[in-house]
Amino acid sequence: MGKKQKNDQPVEFKSIKDMPDTPTSVGSMLVNKTSTWRSIRPVIIDEKCKRCMICWKYCPEPAIHPTDPPSVDYNYCKGCGICYEECPFDAIIIEQEGK
Amino acid sequence: MKKVLTGNFAAAYGATAAKVNVISAYPITPQTTIVEILSEIVADGELNAEFVKVESEHSALACCIGAQATGARTFTATSSQGLALMHELIHWAARARLPIIMVNVNRAMAPGWSIWADATDSISQRDTGWIQMYCENNQEVFDTVLMSYKISESESVMLPALINLDAFFLSHTSQVVDLYNEARIDQFLSKYDPKIKLDVDDPHAFGALTSPEHYYEFSYKMHEAQINAIRVIKEVGQEFGKIFGRTYDLTESYRCDDAELILVSYGTIAGTAKEAVDQMRNSGIVVGVLKIRYFRPFPTEDVIKALHPAKKVGVIDRAVSYGQSGPFFNEIRSTLYHESTPLYGFIAGLGGRDVSTHDIENMVDIMQNDPAQDLIWIGVKNVD
Repeated sequence: MGKKQKNDQPVEFKSIKDMPDTPTSVGSMLVNKTSTWRSIRPVIIDEKCKRCMICWKYCPEPAIHPTDPPSVDYNYCKGCGICYEECPFDAIIIEQEGK
Repeated sequence: MKKVLTGNFAAAYGATAAKVNVISAYPITPQTTIVEILSEIVADGELNAEFVKVESEHSALACCIGAQATGARTFTATSSQGLALMHELIHWAARARLPIIMVNVNRAMAPGWSIWADATDSISQRDTGWIQMYCENNQEVFDTVLMSYKISESESVMLPALINLDAFFLSHTSQVVDLYNEARIDQFLSKYDPKIKLDVDDPHAFGALTSPEHYYEFSYKMHEAQINAIRVIKEVGQEFGKIFGRTYDLTESYRCDDAELILVSYGTIAGTAKEAVDQMRNSGIVVGVLKIRYFRPFPTEDVIKALHPAKKVGVIDRAVSYGQSGPFFNEIRSTLYHESTPLYGFIAGLGGRDVSTHDIENMVDIMQNDPAQDLIWIGVKNVD
């Protein structure tokens, strides 16, 4: 059965019998970071953020965590910019990667 | 309680008897009356289920996948082009290990447009991981829908099942079907209760991106589940027999024990072949029929055992694997690789053409007099 993960390693199964039947919480995404091709990054400006969590709701990945203030998980953020577009308070800016 | 029912009614009553929670379907041709009957049963309050009408067969199976993932018992039905349109999600349902039950009325693929019997539609879904079986009569349709929930929901299986019945020969033909009584059905089939389900209080990731670290093992487990299903189908078939008086297996041998010639087939052709065998035995030809109920998992050991005594074996396919031969013939040839039995591969009844006892006698005549051949087209017209 799927196990709750605290570290960043996928679940290791001693026996194939311990594996679930289908990819359910096996943690393969914990090591498979899907953000290497990001060319721009959203940055949340704490002073402007009203904690409305609209960015969290709109993030399709979901790579924004509902913390205070919300935080971007750059291991999975692809830089699509939806959060930047949706933020009603201009509290998210876009920076170029590699600069 | 016995009723005179078409195969479509038998399928709909089977789903009703299994007390499905969600039915989803697309209602236009090539759909059959199966889901129309179910929509009436639900509307009349005789079955406490959600009937979800959707915009395509693809969506119908998607709906069943979502519902089944929450722990609901689901049902859908389709045919030919509709089944083909579901293809992407047919894979998904199996790899998500959701024991959805789908009845497919075997109809020929277009063009030319055809609503008549042909198994090419379902056989095209061979490698999706679904359990796949073929019915000979309407009682078997009803019984198999009921048994399939128990088989598919078994912890060691957890695979969806495709139950096939020939268009018109079963779907629209009335036969006597025993519907049993509800108390005995409840004794046979308990509630569906999967270990992991979509649940806001116990969140899990479903169907996530799966790296090479894990994907291979999931495929291994799918195959293992198919092999487990062989045992489970037998156990459930036995238990069904104890409760309802009809026992089922993956295959059914008819007068095979002493047979010199054995015909292998599936669906309604197997029924016609039984009739032809009775007639031929009266004129001294020692012939039998091996009906294959399950195409997946394929009952390899049972087939070897049943066909071992035969001097010659003929396989009748109402389907073609273009560029090769009949799909069941391929299975039988592969299964009998280590035997030296001469094999005859007959193609018959494509696109709903009638296969008569006379045609079956013609096949046996070929087996008696001609050398073995992989591909023999029975009744094809105007070939020079």
